[in-house]
Amino acid sequence: MAEKKTIEPLWWALFSAGGVVAAFLVPIHIFIFGFAVPLGWLADTGAIYRHVWVKLYLFVLIALPLYHWAHRFYFTVNDMHLGVPRKPLALLCYGGAVVGTLVTAWVLLRI
Amino acid sequence: MTGTRPDKSKLYYPKMTPTWWLKRPNYILFMLREFSSVFIAVFLVVFLIQICQLTRGPEAYADFSQRLGSPGWITFHVVALLFALYHSITWFYSSAIVLPMRIGETEIPRNRVVALNLALLAVVSFVVLLLFISLQG
Repeated sequence: MAEKKTIEPLWWALFSAGGVVAAFLVPIHIFIFGFAVPLGWLADTGAIYRHVWVKLYLFVLIALPLYHWAHRFYFTVNDMHLGVPRKPLALLCYGGAVVGTLVTAWVLLRI
Repeated sequence: MTGTRPDKSKLYYPKMTPTWWLKRPNYILFMLREFSSVFIAVFLVVFLIQICQLTRGPEAYADFSQRLGSPGWITFHVVALLFALYHSITWFYSSAIVLPMRIGETEIPRNRVVALNLALLAVVSFVVLLLFISLQG
């Protein structure tokens, strides 16, 4: 049996990068976006998101945790033994993260 | 067999039901940790939709923001925040195991590594909050 080369290490790398981003940055953004701005504690006109460095930051903040989700969701649904076929599930998860990355880039370039 | 993975046809597969993870508290915590990624992803998608409103003008952006003040969305964000913090804590624990930190020959105790990461989380959060307020201008 020859050893097969796969792109699996790439998914693992994106998974852990996304995990780090989610662990350090997501809680404060949920606080700002979910509570502080809607409840009027902080003002936000959205102008800040047009800053080029902020856009770059947002790209990392939004895109990487999508791969973290894809990897975890794929393995967890498999582990749950729900009878979901593996290949379509992988396509949904990893494909979803790739589409999410492209959409994020598109939105950030348009604003 | 030269591959690193064993021949799949010779592996033993225990029969498992879809509810196996409800049988022990640790299994349930494992599932909660895994599903934290779903809440984080949903939050980020909603955040992206909000940012996308900027293409329709500042009024659309403000309207969207106001809608997030409804009890339903606040509830969602409370749940999402709890899951996100649960992810942070479990992530710090597993990274303390996967990437042990050393000073010279001695390994730093895991709990201390987790505490250091939590302190870093607090500092990073504070810096993001300060930048968010100061860049508003």
